[in-house]
Amino acid sequence: MQSTNLRVADVELELFDTGQGTARPVLFLHGGGGFTPQQPFVAPLSEKRRFVAPTHPGFGKSGLPDWLDSIDDIAHLYLELMDILKLDGIDLVGCSIGGWIAAEMATKSPERFRRIVFCGPVGIKVGPPDKLDIPDIFAIPEMDALKLTFHDPERMKRDPAKMSDDELAAMFRARETLALLTWEPWMHNPKLKRRLHRIAAPALFIRGESDGLVSAAYLDAYARLLPDARTMTIKAAGHVPQLEQPAAFTAAVLDFLGE
Amino acid sequence: MRAWHFSETAYPYLPPADSYPSIRVSLPNRIYDPAKGAALYDRYIDEWLIAEEEGVEIMLNEHHQTATCVDPGAPLMLAALARLSKTARLLILGNPIANRRQPVRVAEEMAMVDVLSHGRLEAGFVRGVPYEILPANSNPVRMNERHWEALDLIVKCWTHHDGPFSHEGRFFHHRSINIWPRPIQQPHPPIWVSTTSTGGAAQVGAHGYIQATFLTGFDTTKRIYEGYRRGWREAGRGQDVPIDRLAYAALIYVGETEARARAGAEKLLWYITANKVPPHFSNPPGYVPVAMNVQLARGAHNVVSAFGTKQVTVEGAIEAGTMFAGTPDQVFAQIKKHWDYVGGYGHLLIMGQAGFLEHDETVHGIRMFAREVYPRLKELYPDTTISGVQPAAQAAAG
Repeated sequence: MQSTNLRVADVELELFDTGQGTARPVLFLHGGGGFTPQQPFVAPLSEKRRFVAPTHPGFGKSGLPDWLDSIDDIAHLYLELMDILKLDGIDLVGCSIGGWIAAEMATKSPERFRRIVFCGPVGIKVGPPDKLDIPDIFAIPEMDALKLTFHDPERMKRDPAKMSDDELAAMFRARETLALLTWEPWMHNPKLKRRLHRIAAPALFIRGESDGLVSAAYLDAYARLLPDARTMTIKAAGHVPQLEQPAAFTAAVLDFLGE
Repeated sequence: MRAWHFSETAYPYLPPADSYPSIRVSLPNRIYDPAKGAALYDRYIDEWLIAEEEGVEIMLNEHHQTATCVDPGAPLMLAALARLSKTARLLILGNPIANRRQPVRVAEEMAMVDVLSHGRLEAGFVRGVPYEILPANSNPVRMNERHWEALDLIVKCWTHHDGPFSHEGRFFHHRSINIWPRPIQQPHPPIWVSTTSTGGAAQVGAHGYIQATFLTGFDTTKRIYEGYRRGWREAGRGQDVPIDRLAYAALIYVGETEARARAGAEKLLWYITANKVPPHFSNPPGYVPVAMNVQLARGAHNVVSAFGTKQVTVEGAIEAGTMFAGTPDQVFAQIKKHWDYVGGYGHLLIMGQAGFLEHDETVHGIRMFAREVYPRLKELYPDTTISGVQPAAQAAAG
């Protein structure tokens, strides 16, 4: 299954869509590292559900128009994508900044979502002004950032020497776009936490036990801002449980979605 | 040919370099002793004024959160120099306008200095080195776009004299712009822009602004100047680009004897050797294009953040064209060789003080250059010289 291109507003998006049967769609929103259909959670989720995953603007091969510079912009774009694909009453799964996009979408159009999974979501500020809620991954050595990101950084880190030029370019492009979208205010929209109460759908907040970016306290505070949310932890995983513990991640997601 | 004395007003009294990870951004300011800092400001200002006495112009710049350049508010230093100096041109290179939130405020500051100095301002604008990103909390992505919107707006602030106008752009918004004072120089002070890329240089050339480049040696400087001339010509500014549109900054030390020159040159290398900065500060995401990052990951040399390993010796730096040092004859020959190779420039920005180069040594270097080298350069390269023309062709035409 390959990705295709779809134009939404003036943005050329890479879109992965299994289009499978009549199974209720899951809209998957990736994190700062980007998306490929080969990622290990994609196949098991696709077996049960129609799996729809856009690649965010400025990631992968998706375009990045000069006006687009915020998570909120992407949320609007994806609501339009849902119009085009005629998606309603769907389930939403968002990881990291994908969770932030999901939260922005669901506060705007709560009626369009049945259930929502947030995995290591960013997007709000709940701590004191003199401490970053999310550590500044751009201001620390790469190895330190990897340690905050993964439970097992030695296993998960990628060796540039073994990556193709295209893969390297995608990695650097993702990093650049991530900076564009999250630089200031750092990793959050100050208004979002005042809107989260609008999300009526039951929500599951997942966190890798070793996540050094999204703390347990942050996840709990996030979940408390929604009327119907629960939290859970995945062992031996960091900020990206869907890659580090794909079996546990897909089991948790499918269980919550009722499969 | 015009020469400029450039001091970064460094604070060199630091603990051993292996005791801190970075001289920039994160070095705690408890290391800075304000009393010593005040004495250093006095001294560096004296050196600028001595350069002025010797007929050399004045140049300064701005950096933040660093011991290498303790001048985070360059317009403030410029204001002091505007009152203390009498005749020298005053070049600020420059205002980091992609990192400043209010271009209109920058236009006001520059107009004020132009008036304070009775029209001696040369207004430079820089994108800013990558380690300026965090101190400014500035998004490293789309800096170039912000830079040009800000610069165009600043020029409009200086040249619009009929009451308030508005600006609703991509990055900056102002409903009522009407700066007081306006600049003395008409239509506005000379504008300088620094860049390290050929594409950037073409953009500067299209505007006809003065293009400066720092420590880019032989080949990169040549490419940047070629980019400038291409942009100049494509914008319809004519075939000939006068050398006074182009500037080059190098580490320069002239000594009366070879031994004295050598000692000074060794100390000037502090600029390069002390610049200990880890990759997460020197290459923030989006600062260089994706394709460049791919090349860097494959082991290419980063012209933005490192000056190359062979350049940590005097010989290596001279060979690379980032340093001109020696006796007057030697320095004259080194500059001429570089000048000919890159196609010619009309401004020499002299990084003539660094680290532990003491006051007497700095003054010796300034005087030896001004008295023994500068007159020969002025004679050989009058401001009307055309850049990018082979020396032989120049001679024939002349």
